[in-house]
Amino acid sequence: MKKLRFNRSQLCIPYAVFLVLFVIAPLIVIVYYAFTNGEGNFTFSNFVGFFSSTNTLGTLLYSFLLSIVTTLVCLVIAYPTAYILARSNFKKKYVLLLLFILPMWINFTLRITALKEILSVLEGNLAAYPFLNSVIGMTFDFLPFMILPLYTSLLKLDNSLLEAAADLGGNKFTVFLRVTLPLSVPGIVSGVTMVLLPSMTNYVVLDMLYNSTYIMGSLIGSYFSAYDWNNGSMISLVLLVIIFLVTLVTNRFSDKDSNNRGAVL
Amino acid sequence: MIKFKRFSAIAAACCLLGSSAIVFGGCSDVRETVTLRVCNWEEYIDLGGWEEDESIEVANPFTEEENIFGENSLTEDFEEWFAENYGYNVKVEYSTFGTNEDLYNRLSLGDVYDLVCPSDYMMMKLLAEDAVEKYSENFFNGENNYYSQFVSDYIDGIFSQYGWNEYAACYMWGTTGLVYNPEKIDAEDISTIKVLLNEDYKRQVTIKDNVRDSYFAALGIVNEAELTKPELTAETRSLLLNDISENTIANAEDVLKQIKENVYSFETDSGKSDMVSGKVVANYQWSGDAVYIMDEADAEDTELWYSVPAECSNLWFDGWVMLKNGINGNEQKREAAEAFVNFLSRPDNAVRNMYYIGYSSAIAGDTVFEYMEYNYAAEEDAEQICEYDVSYFFGENSVIMTDAECFDIEENGDINRGRQLFAQYPPANVTARSVVMLDFGDKLGQINQMWINVRCLDLLDISPVTVGIIIAVIGMAAVAITLYALRYKLFIRNKPHKGYTKVEK
Repeated sequence: MKKLRFNRSQLCIPYAVFLVLFVIAPLIVIVYYAFTNGEGNFTFSNFVGFFSSTNTLGTLLYSFLLSIVTTLVCLVIAYPTAYILARSNFKKKYVLLLLFILPMWINFTLRITALKEILSVLEGNLAAYPFLNSVIGMTFDFLPFMILPLYTSLLKLDNSLLEAAADLGGNKFTVFLRVTLPLSVPGIVSGVTMVLLPSMTNYVVLDMLYNSTYIMGSLIGSYFSAYDWNNGSMISLVLLVIIFLVTLVTNRFSDKDSNNRGAVL
Repeated sequence: MIKFKRFSAIAAACCLLGSSAIVFGGCSDVRETVTLRVCNWEEYIDLGGWEEDESIEVANPFTEEENIFGENSLTEDFEEWFAENYGYNVKVEYSTFGTNEDLYNRLSLGDVYDLVCPSDYMMMKLLAEDAVEKYSENFFNGENNYYSQFVSDYIDGIFSQYGWNEYAACYMWGTTGLVYNPEKIDAEDISTIKVLLNEDYKRQVTIKDNVRDSYFAALGIVNEAELTKPELTAETRSLLLNDISENTIANAEDVLKQIKENVYSFETDSGKSDMVSGKVVANYQWSGDAVYIMDEADAEDTELWYSVPAECSNLWFDGWVMLKNGINGNEQKREAAEAFVNFLSRPDNAVRNMYYIGYSSAIAGDTVFEYMEYNYAAEEDAEQICEYDVSYFFGENSVIMTDAECFDIEENGDINRGRQLFAQYPPANVTARSVVMLDFGDKLGQINQMWINVRCLDLLDISPVTVGIIIAVIGMAAVAITLYALRYKLFIRNKPHKGYTKVEK
């Protein structure tokens, strides 16, 4: 019996198969549906419809607002947390880190259900603050994705740079602004990408927290449930382009020192 | 070593082949096993596993036992019953769907089922697409057939009226109405669908996230003036509540936008638990789920009621239809599918389903009626007895002597609000004004677009102040980042200073 030998490119076959079956093939289907109408003829009317309706554009704006606010709130909470975790000499800091990652191990609908109960105790009638609740829900859901990249990039921060900056006369604030913050930009970018994009489509949070306004994800779902594959695919494609553009922009900030970039989960 | 490996591989292969031979060849000496692919609603069949004290004390003439009890799931019981009566085996591949649209999407994506249980309008859609197989003639005439023997004349009449009777066997039926907490909401307010727009209950009433039910409710409000006229005929009422003209769709959109601002939410699945926990005071719900909610609330000592709104009473049916591409001319499969419907229509099994899922079966007959009496007959200490008439369903002189406190009886004898029995079998005055919601047909796309318009944020609805604030915030953030970047030359790295050259690492 011959010994089994693989060369490197053969080892890629499983992933290549996966890629073709579950990434490329669905993508082709989406593109096909997005550019055809119900009868299967080529058309741009789906896109024209999207960009000429105030309702769908409103949904785009609403999704953007929701995800930007969520990302900002996440950043504001996560940065100090990650900074303290990474820079302190506290011996048990891994335990603390674990506390922030722990929620990720619990099923997400379960977490949101718990949050729902807490919020209704705090707010009384949940339905009165749909936008606020959605932001809280999303933040609750995505916070670990912001903390982890920030934590890893701040952990790698070279202490001697900070000392040098202090030696050269920088006060703590200047040191932070001119050394720490610029060096943690890759972590911020990584965290922002991981929160901004999923929170544009995560409509389950809105459903569970009684926000009846559609975001991009729910719009796709509602087209699909009316057997309208064409418009649903069109919106998926629009989202894909937006994601592509955001990644293009963010890549500029992290290309330089890719090894410094925060861990991708 | 290699030899051993090869041997074990062969051995494993033999094992696999052997076991599959057992599965497929178990009864090959008689006839081969038929696989029946059934797709039903989620939580829409008795799965068995009852506790001892859940046993229903109603005599079961079909198994000759004293009680009706769900030990195993009905699909398992069916397989056993089928093998005994037909001399060969059937294997039920049971799967579930969440919405009619979900089922339809699956069918159009190529999933194949033999027997499915869609609602009225989806049956119409499938019928129109010629996807439905006719039941064989002796299914509806056969003397030993439980469905033809026991299905209520009332249901049969409606199915004949719409021309579904040869293609579908009704499984469950009911109304759509409002479950409510009588302590927190006025009887008068809840007897109309306008409660959805009532400012007194702002953000306290939920409605299903479902375009059809929402549209129906909106029609009740749009056409209110005509719907409340006393001389209204059943035909006009049906036309008014199935009105899908452009103008009406536009009006319904306006009404639904107001509803969206006033209700707690368009709930996907939370309505039941929110009603029980008291987060909301009323919930627009299907009657079977209403029964379930009331039962759950009773367990927590909260008394909830059910009301069928005066303007728009919806009557709905879920029925078993066989699909052409599943049955595919296979007579054994058809026989098995019909036997499955038949077995579920056996009154004791209908009772088991009703107990388990809360919905009302289309099956009448003494056993079901006795079960209703077992459930709802008045206790001896009841102060006032109500003669609740369900003759239209169970046949002449079917009156349940029940506690009058479970109904809101009006002066002329009409009942529009009540508890579980009222929800399970609405009285004749409610069924008389109820309307079956037909398929939207080619207006579906338009109505769905209307629904999307309701649910989406309209750019034109945003006030200029909000726009100003948003632009100001985004602008300030952009300026801050730019200033910071310029000040510290944050992102400018590639150009070395004059006189220096960049050294690659």
